[in-house]
Parts: sequence; C-alpha cells; structure tokens
Amino acid sequence: MSQRSALMGPALRMGGLVLALVLLVVVGVATAGERFWSTGNLITVLSLAAVTGVVSIGMTFVITSGGIDLSVGAVVGLASVWASTLSTQYAAEDFGWWVIPLTALAVGLVAGLINGLLVAYGKMPAFMATLAMLAAARGLAEIIAGRRTQIVTVEPFFDVFQSRPLGVPAIVWIFVVVAAAGWFLLNRTTFGRRTVAVGGNPEASRLAGIKIKRHTLYLYGLAGLTAGIGAVILLARTTAGSSTHGTLLELDVIAAVVVGGTLLAGGRGTITGTVLGVLIFSTLTNVFVLNNLDSSVQAIAKGAIIVGAVLLQQWFAARERVTAT
Amino acid sequence: MRGIVKEFPGARALDGVDLEVRPGEVHCLLGQNGAGKSTLIKTLAGAHQPTAGEILIDGEPVTIADPVAALRLGIATIYQELDVVDGLTVAENIYLGHELASGGVTRRSEAARNTRRLLERLGHGEISPYREVGSLSAAGKQIVSLARALSRDARVVIMDEPSAVLDSEEVGNLHRIVRELVADGVAVVYISHRLEEIRQLGDRITVLKDGRTVAESLVVADTPTDELIKLMTGRSVEYAFPERPGVPAGAEPVLEVEDLALGGVFSDVSLTVRAGEIVGLAGLVGSGRSEILETIYGARRAASGTVRVGGRRLRGGVDAAVAAGIGLCPEERKSQGLLLDEPVYRNITLSTFARTARAGLLDEKAERAAAREQVEALDLRPASVDRHARTLSGGNQQKALLARWLVHGCRVLLLDEPTRGVDVGARAEIYTLIRRLADDGAAVVVVSSEIPEVLGLADRVLVISDGRAVHEGPARDIDEHRVLDLVMEGSVA
Repeated sequence: MSQRSALMGPALRMGGLVLALVLLVVVGVATAGERFWSTGNLITVLSLAAVTGVVSIGMTFVITSGGIDLSVGAVVGLASVWASTLSTQYAAEDFGWWVIPLTALAVGLVAGLINGLLVAYGKMPAFMATLAMLAAARGLAEIIAGRRTQIVTVEPFFDVFQSRPLGVPAIVWIFVVVAAAGWFLLNRTTFGRRTVAVGGNPEASRLAGIKIKRHTLYLYGLAGLTAGIGAVILLARTTAGSSTHGTLLELDVIAAVVVGGTLLAGGRGTITGTVLGVLIFSTLTNVFVLNNLDSSVQAIAKGAIIVGAVLLQQWFAARERVTAT
Repeated sequence: MRGIVKEFPGARALDGVDLEVRPGEVHCLLGQNGAGKSTLIKTLAGAHQPTAGEILIDGEPVTIADPVAALRLGIATIYQELDVVDGLTVAENIYLGHELASGGVTRRSEAARNTRRLLERLGHGEISPYREVGSLSAAGKQIVSLARALSRDARVVIMDEPSAVLDSEEVGNLHRIVRELVADGVAVVYISHRLEEIRQLGDRITVLKDGRTVAESLVVADTPTDELIKLMTGRSVEYAFPERPGVPAGAEPVLEVEDLALGGVFSDVSLTVRAGEIVGLAGLVGSGRSEILETIYGARRAASGTVRVGGRRLRGGVDAAVAAGIGLCPEERKSQGLLLDEPVYRNITLSTFARTARAGLLDEKAERAAAREQVEALDLRPASVDRHARTLSGGNQQKALLARWLVHGCRVLLLDEPTRGVDVGARAEIYTLIRRLADDGAAVVVVSSEIPEVLGLADRVLVISDGRAVHEGPARDIDEHRVLDLVMEGSVA
C-alpha cells in the first residue's frame, strides 16, 4: 500500500502540473486562437522561457540539496556585461566567437564558486551569502558597464546563437540540452545521488563518508554556471549586455522550481517538474500578452499559481506521510 | 480511560488500554519503548484522537478534541521535550495562550504577580517572572512548564519522563513538588524508566506492553521489582546475550587508538581492538563516550593523539575513516544515520554507491542486489528494499545501518547506543548480529548507557568517567555495581 503510494505520489504531482499546463493551453486557444496555437508563437514561448529555464535547472540542484541561490539574476547581469565589454569583443574578433560564451560561463562559474566557498567553508547561511553576491554582482556589473547597454557586434557570435537548426532557435536547443543533461545528472549519477542525500539529511550524509562541503561548493558552482549560460542566451536574444539583465530573475526561477515539486527544505528534486513549472509561467505570460492584459493582473495570477501549487504539494506530502507510517 | 484503541494506518499503537487515575495520587505509567505510553498521553492531551474507547472525567464521558480542550478539562501535560518558548519571559510563557489582557493590552504586572505566586508554590521563588526562559537550565524550564500547568488549575498533570533531564539534586526537588501537588488533590500521571524512582514516588502503577494494559493499578508497595520487569518484558530475564567465544590468541589488532584527546571533553584515551573482539565503553551520559567514538571516526577533530587502522595512521575527516574501513552507527539513528524519505536500498548503499558507480554513473541494479543480499542476511523486515526508511521500526532501521557497513566491508564498527529505541525482542537479534560481525573478523566498539548491555555484549570493557578511562578489563570480571562505583570514584577524583 505505502509502496504504491510512494510511487504514485510523484506521478500524481506531475499529472497535476501537466493538467495545469493543458488548462493554460486551452485558455490560450480559446482566447487567442491561431495567434496562440501557431508554431511561431509556441517557439516564441520557448525562446522567452529559455533563460529562466536554464537557470532553473541549476537552481533545482541547489534547492534539492537544501540550499538557495538568490544571486543568479545578478550573476546573469554581470556575466552578460563582462562577456560584452569592448575588450571581450575585440578578443572575440581576434580569436573567435567562442570567447564571448566562454567569458560568460567563466564569470558565472567563478561567482557560483565564491557563493559555494562562503556557504560550505565559511559556514554562512546560503540566504545571506547569495544575497551579498546579488548586491555585489549587480554593483560590479554597473561599474563595468558604466550603466550603459553594451551592443554586441561580433557577427559570428550571432551566426551561431541566432541560428535555427531544424527550424528551432539555438537558444531553445540550449534549454533542451541543459534540461536533459540536468535530468541525467540528478537521476543517474553519483553527483545527483549526493545532492539528494545532502538535502535529505546532511549529518547522515557526512557520517556516511560523503564530502558534503566539497559537494556544496560544486552545487553553487553549477548554479553559477547555468547563470552564465543564461547570460549567453540573453546576449543572443537581445544582442546586448546590460547590468539590468536578469533583474528579479531569481524569484521567477525559485517559483518555477518550487511549483515544479522540488522541496524547498531539500531532499527531493525533479527536473521534469522544474521544466513544467517554467513552461507554465511562460505560457501564462504569453496568454496574458496575447490578450493585451495588464502585467499587474498577470503578477496576481502568478502569485495565485504559486500559492495553489505549494498548498497542493503540502497536501500530497501530508498524505504520503500518513500512508507511510 | 477505558478500552482505548488508537490505530495509525498500518499499525495499532494502542490496543485496549485501561487507565484509572484518582485525585491525590501519583500514578506511574510503565512500559518499554514502543509500548504505547507516548501515544496514550498524547491521546489524553488531545493531540491524538482515539479510534475507539472512552475517556471519563468524574464519571462523565468526554471527548478531547484538541490540546486546548484538554487544558479546559484540567489536563496538563509536561512533555519530555519541554515545550517552552525560549525567547519569551517566564511570565509570558506561563500565560502563553491565555494571556491576561484588557482590550488586547497585556496586564504585565498582574501576570508577574501571579507568576511569582505560582513559582513560590513550587519552591522556586528565586526565578524572576521577567527572566528569559532560554537562560534557564532544563530543571528551570521544567518548573516553568509546571507553573503553566498550575496556572490552568490543572487537576491531572501528566509528566513524561521528567527526571530524564535532571541531575540527582534537581530530581529530589521535583519529587518534593510532585508530592505537594498530590497533597493538594491533584492527580499526577508519572512516566519514568527508573524503577527505583517509581518505588520512591509512586502510589499505583499501570503497566503497558505492546499497546495493551497488562497490569492495572498495582499498588507500588505490594509489587516486587522483578514482577514489574516480568510484566514489562513478558519474561523474567532482562536481556539475552550471545555466547562469547573468546578472541583467538593470535588475532591482529585492527584499531589502535593512542592518547586521543578532545579539548574539554576527554583526554588520554587509548584502546586497542583486535579482529573478532568487541570492546565496550561504559559510562554515564556526558562522560564523553559518544565523543570518543565520533573522534575516532573523524567526525570531531582530535586535539591530540593518533588513530591507526590495520597499522596505518588515519588522517583527515570522516571520509578518510570510511575509506580506511571504519563504520559508525550513530546515537541518533533518524537525525544522524538515515535518509528517512529515501528507499531502504539507497540508505544501505549511502557509503558505497560511488564505488559501484562507473565513471560517475549509478549502477542501481548492483545497489539493489547488494542491499537485497543484506536484507536477507540480517532478516530485515519487511523484506523490501524499496520502502522508505521512515516506515521501518527502530530495530530494522538499525539493521539497515549495519547493512550499510556490511556492504562497505568494514573492518572496524563503532556502535553508539545500538539498541536505543529498539524493542526487547529485536534487541536480542541485534546482539546476535553484532557478535556475528565480530566472529567474522570485525573489530567492534560499543557504547551504551545501559551498563548491563555493555557488560553482556563486550569481551573487554573500558569504564569512562569525566572524559578519562578509569578502568580496563575483561567484561566477565566486572559487574554493574563495580562499574557504577568506578564512575563515581572517577568523578570525585
């Protein structure tokens, strides 16, 4: 009995998310018809979801391990600025387009590793360490960019990142690949198992011989890296780096991850859920925009979805606990 | 209470419990871990609803829907984990939930006056009503809990192992307070594991076993202790220990600890454990027993001293110890040992999944196979590797932890309180298992607060007092009284 419910629980939760997404699609078709249900529009939805989506994958790991990273939005901004400075662009002209994405990834990774050092070895609460990084990264981005938007003029960069293999934009492919890699990493590798173990019971994991500090460092590094990838996608989509890129992105990302079913307390994470969470929010935005509805109303709807999803989650968790004991 | 039944899905925690408490008596509730004492008092306190049966007060049937209803009926409960709010003052804690207030503004001076009166009644007039509760000792917090019960005009006060957190002087004071309460006509339901205490304090005893009342309202003075033990355990011998085959003469020392010290906790601890040997550490809570194990394991950083496994010196933290073949089954199984919401097999392979993995890719098939093999070998029930660890009983959770180190192939096993929260039947099984592991060549160190357990299980015993080993010798040459003597002498010296 309890064995079956243990298996049914996640399936039910996923079913709920799929149902919510289907409902949104139905509403979209009913209110906007062809303008919603067209290949062009659906690709737009996915393109706009790519940044949140990629960063959410990294965040899923951090939250599954019982942590939180508030700095991802600011790090996206910083990485986008650093990767689009004149000197980076000159280097890209000289050595190749890859200098730009490499710079963004490196900036993201280093910022993430600093977070990881502070949390794992400095024993700072993740909330505070990454809040400090949020402030500092945004400030550094402003200093580097001088509060100006930095237009990217390296054509080969756009040749790669604005291409459309099989008719789908490269940035959507990046989201797909990162999500697939994230799923594999979480569910099939020792890294994923350690992440779940550390989130479920850090002390037990430590006493079982898992190097939890080193693993924590890697986790925040991973979150930073996905923020770097997010910055590359933003550069490709907007053709410019800006210190305001990614403002409040961390909230959308955390919302998508938690709505997807990853436990904020750690110990359980789902990449599939995160992807569904991201799609729900981006579809919602799209439906509102197509219907010329106010973005304030949209914010209220978002809030309602978060509340509803978390209430449902707790209900499932309570039911599981009852059937388990 | 009559015929109380409480069912949890899949388990019957209470299966027909009768309890009758008279005003002005200390009624002791006795039973092993898991006998249903906690569930019973939670039912009385309104935290659980009985599935069947009735609760009568002054002959009137009542329903206790929630903790507030219980208090309204005059039933106050003092839990083992004292439920006081550390950040509030003594007076605020006592009036928590029924604040004295006019129009939303608290009447602080009146609350303080009443609090002072209550504390004086309890013989603790020296505690200021304005003191923050977090700054009080465990005994002080208990007084605050008691005062809160009195402030509600409680007629029945339930105390769950109140003496467990107190030292002997404080216990004396607690007993005095209980006697005074009883003299005032309050009924006290007193839960304790210390038979001696029950003998001093109790008037009548109800014994629970496996969720049933096995003896109701025995008069304390007329009931011999061994009869109580027999009732609680269902047999007259307390523990059954496996045979000690004796360590083979030529056995190699596997674990060598030399002059190990941890700042302010213990010092100069040396011990050698040979293959096939079980060494027990006996001592009181706070003597440094558990810390010694954790330091050997690398979970605490030693101030000085060395640990050698198979002749090689150990450096670094837990991961180095695990790599060298040491396994620890920690004191707090749930918070330190298990991933409660993960399947059993992942708990068993928590230390080895990286080893069975290839290039970072998990091999769950191999993990399940290894776990299944251990589940069968240790007779872990239910015999499923997919159930969540949370659903297992204490004894089976302990088996899962042992299984973890068996899969790992440990040469040294450190066991901290291996039978805490394990019921009597499963204890014998765990003992047999530990002995079998030693017979298979493991070096085992056991720590337990139950001295008979250490003496019965171990080949050799170290008596620990105040962070020092005050005695070392064969377990069969020493008895419980001698151990206690040594512990006392040690702490005086």
